[in-house]
Amino acid sequence: MKEIVCKLLVIGAGPGGYVCAIRAGQLGIDTVIVEASRPGGTCLTVGCIPSKALIHAAETLDATRQMANGKNTMGIRVEAPSIDLSGTIGWKDGIVDRLTGGVVGLLQKARVKIVSGRARFRDGKTVEVETETGQQIIRAETVVIATGSDPVELAALPFGGRVISSTEALSLRELPSKLIVVGGGYIGLELGTAFAKLGSEVTVVEATEQVLPIYDADLVKPVTRRLVERGIKVFTNAKAVGLSDKGDALVVEGSGGRQELPAEQILVAVGRRPRSVGSGLEDLDLDRSGPYLRIDDRCRTSMRGVYAIGDVTGEPMLAHRAMAQGEMVAEIVAGRKRAWDKRCIPSICFTDPEIVSAGLLPREARALGYEVKVGQFPFTANGRAMTMQGEDGFVRVVARADTNLVLGLQAVGSVVSELSAAFSMAIEMGARLEDIGGTIHAHPTRSEALQEAALKAMGHALHI
Amino acid sequence: MGEFIIKMPDVGEGVAEAEIVEWLVKIGDPVREDMAVAAVMTDKATVEIPTPVSGTVVWLGGEIGDTIAVRSPLIRIETDGEDNGAAVPPPASVTTEEPKPEQAAPAEIPEKSSSPAPSTASPPPPRPATEMDKPLAAPSVRLLARDNGVDLRQIRGTGPAGRILREDVEQFLAQGMEVQPARQDLAKKTSKEEIKLIGLRRRIAEKMALSISRIPHITYVEEVDVTALEELRATMNGARKPDQPKLTLLPFLMRALVKAISIQPDVNAIFDDDAGMLTRFGAVHIGIATQTPSGLTVPVVRHAEARSIWDCATEMMRLAEAARAGTATRDELTGSTITISSLGALGGIVSTPVINHPEVAIVGVNKIATRPVWDGAQFVPRKMMNLSSSFDHRIIDGWDAATFVQQLRTLIEAPALIFIEG
Repeated sequence: MKEIVCKLLVIGAGPGGYVCAIRAGQLGIDTVIVEASRPGGTCLTVGCIPSKALIHAAETLDATRQMANGKNTMGIRVEAPSIDLSGTIGWKDGIVDRLTGGVVGLLQKARVKIVSGRARFRDGKTVEVETETGQQIIRAETVVIATGSDPVELAALPFGGRVISSTEALSLRELPSKLIVVGGGYIGLELGTAFAKLGSEVTVVEATEQVLPIYDADLVKPVTRRLVERGIKVFTNAKAVGLSDKGDALVVEGSGGRQELPAEQILVAVGRRPRSVGSGLEDLDLDRSGPYLRIDDRCRTSMRGVYAIGDVTGEPMLAHRAMAQGEMVAEIVAGRKRAWDKRCIPSICFTDPEIVSAGLLPREARALGYEVKVGQFPFTANGRAMTMQGEDGFVRVVARADTNLVLGLQAVGSVVSELSAAFSMAIEMGARLEDIGGTIHAHPTRSEALQEAALKAMGHALHI
Repeated sequence: MGEFIIKMPDVGEGVAEAEIVEWLVKIGDPVREDMAVAAVMTDKATVEIPTPVSGTVVWLGGEIGDTIAVRSPLIRIETDGEDNGAAVPPPASVTTEEPKPEQAAPAEIPEKSSSPAPSTASPPPPRPATEMDKPLAAPSVRLLARDNGVDLRQIRGTGPAGRILREDVEQFLAQGMEVQPARQDLAKKTSKEEIKLIGLRRRIAEKMALSISRIPHITYVEEVDVTALEELRATMNGARKPDQPKLTLLPFLMRALVKAISIQPDVNAIFDDDAGMLTRFGAVHIGIATQTPSGLTVPVVRHAEARSIWDCATEMMRLAEAARAGTATRDELTGSTITISSLGALGGIVSTPVINHPEVAIVGVNKIATRPVWDGAQFVPRKMMNLSSSFDHRIIDGWDAATFVQQLRTLIEAPALIFIEG
C-alpha cells in the first residue's frame, strides 16, 4: 500500500485527538487521524455521554416511581412504571451513534484524513497501521499522541464474568439485582446511583475514609446523605479482597473484619490508567512522569515534533482538558505562539445531587498560604430550588481576603453542573467578589445562589 | 468633601526614608480603594502603596526620584464621604492644586485609619507557585499578549486586583514601538536624551562610587582546572532526584568558599572604616550578583555553611527568580558577608570585580574553556576557568589574598576535598 506523508498525524480520535485534528484542518494543515475503534474515544462511546444518558433514564424512572408511590406532593398520579433496560441501552446507543457520526462529519468537513486501525510506532515520525485492507505506513512531520486511558483492573478482581468495568456497565441489557461497586470515586458513585434508581440493590466499597475523597466533607455530605436515603450501602475504609470461593460474592475486609457480600455483578471503578505503553510507544523512550507521558506547557514530549494530549499525559483525566490541549497543539503546529495558561479546569460529578468545582477548595487555598474569605449560600434559601423540589446543597465561593479575587467556586445540588460555565468564566476573567455580586443573576434561577454567595463572602448577602 | 492623606508607610525595619520610583496616578485622577497609587523603594525592595479610600488625587508629595521620610505625607485624596474627611481642616494649598509639601507638616495630619503599611511592609512567606499566581488577565488579553510576543509578567495591570486589561497590553506595545528606532540609514542623528537616574540604577551608582572611592582594591586572577569538577557535576546531575535542581558550578564554589573561609576567616567580614572596626562572621552569607530587568541586585544565600550543595543550589535558584521577578524581600537582598560575581556565561577571561561595600572580598567567575595544558609530556585538553577576585587591601594583604585564592583552587581542582569533613 502506498505510504501516506502528512504534516500532522494524530493518534487517537477521542475528544483531545479529534479536536486537535479539526482545528489543524481549519488552519489548513495537512492532517491524518488514526483511530483503532470508533471516533469519539472514551468520552463519546463508553464514558461521559453514555453514562449521562443512563443517569437521565434512571432519574426519569425514579421520579416516575416516586409519583406512583404516592410520595408526590405536586398532585401528579401515575400507574406503576417499569423499565425495559434493553430499550434504554438502545436509546443510549442511538445518541452515541449520532455523536460519533457527527465527529466523522466534522473531521471530513475540516479535510482530515481518517485511517481506521491500530497504530504502531516505527520511530518518532513514522507509524504503521493495521487496517482492514492491509498495512498502511504514515510519515508525518509532527505527531500528536492522544491514546487515552483504560479502566484500572484490580489483580484480585480481574475483569470477566461477574466482574465488569464501566464500559460493560453502560451496556448491560439486564438489570443486576445486586450490584457491588468497588471504588467510591465519581465514576463508581454516578453509575452506582443510576443502577440503584433503576432498581438494583447497590453496595459501594471504598478504600479511604470518605467517598469522593478529592472533595471536602461539606461538598460530599449531601451526596452521602442521598446515598443512604436511596438505600445504597457504603463501606468506607474497606478493601475488596477478591471473589468468594463459589464466585458469587465479593470478599471485603474492613474495620469490622472480613465479610462476603453477595453480588450478581461487581463493577470495578477504581480509576483509569494511561495507554502509554504498547503500540511501540516504549521504544520511543519518551520521558515519563509516573505512568504518564511527561509534557511541558506546550504539550511537547521529550522528543522533538512529538506532542501528547489528554489522559495519557496525566490528571485530571477530563475530556475538556484534552480538548483544550488538542486545540492548543493544533495552533502551535500552525506556527502560532501558544502555551497552557488556563487558570482552572472545572470538574463535575454527576452524582445525586451533582457536585461542581472550579479553582481552589478552601483547604487548598489555605494550604497555599492565601488568607481567604469563604461565602456559602444554601439552596434552601433559593426559590427556584424549592419549585424544583431540590433544596439540598449550596454554592460556595473562595476569595483572597486582601483583594477579593475569586480563587475557587464550588457547588453541590441538583443540576448545578450547568453552573460550571459561570464558575470557570469568573475565574478565567479574574473576577473579584464585587464582579459576581454586581452582576445581575436572573430570577428565579439556581444561579442566584452564586451571586448571593459572593455577597455573603463580603458580609452582605440579601436573602439569608 | 473630605480629604484623606496617605503617608509614606514604614516599609521596613530601621528604614527612615524611601524613594518615590513611580507615581501610578496623577493629580485629578480618580482612584478606587485598594488601587496602587505609588511605588517606593528602600534599599533594594520596591513596594507599591495602595489607597485605602476612593476619591480624586489632589496632591502628590514629590517628584519621581525624591526621597520622602517615613510618615511624611505622600499623597492627598479628596473623598466623597463625610466620614473620611469631616474632621480634617483642609490645608489652604489643596484648592490650588500646587504641590506645597512644606504646608503639610506631619503634625497637622490627623490619623485617619491605620496606615496601609502593615499589609505591604511584611511580604507574605514564599509559597509554591500555582495557576493562581499567573498574571491575572482574561483569556482574550492573554491571547493578544501571546500573539505579540509579550510576557504578561512585564506588565502592571491597572484593573481591579491588578488585572491586566487589553489597554494595558496595547499601551505596552505602543511604548515598545517607540523604543524601536525607525530605520534611517546614514541619516544624521541630533537627538540627545537626559535620563534622570532613579530607583535601583541610582542605588547601584551610589554603591559603586562608594566601593571604589573608599576601598583600595587588590585584584588577583588565577587559572583553575575544573575538569574534575565538571565531571563530578555531570555525574551528580545525571543521578539527581526529581526534586533536586540542576547543579551549576556556583553551588560548588559556594561550598568551597565555606571551606576556605574556615581557614581564613578574615575574608568573610565587613569593615566599618568610619569606626575602624572589622566584624568577622561565623555565618557565611553569600551574596550572588544577579542581573535583573531593572539592574544589578545581590540576593543573599544565608548560612551557606549550614547548607548542603543541593540546598545551596535550590536556595540560589529561588532567590535569583525572586530577584528577577522583583518579589525578593529586603531581608533577602541584604546582609551578605562575601559576594560571588559570575559573568562566565557571557565569556571574558578576566574581570575586576568591585567589592560589595562594606564587605572585604568578592570572587568573580570567568568562562570555562577547553585549553591545551602541558602535562609534562604532552599537551592535553583540560577545562580551564579563571577566578578574578578582589580584596580590600586595607584588611587583606596581597599574600593572604593569594593564599585564599590558591586554597579555593586546590578545593576546586580536587572537588572531593569540598565534601570531606573537617
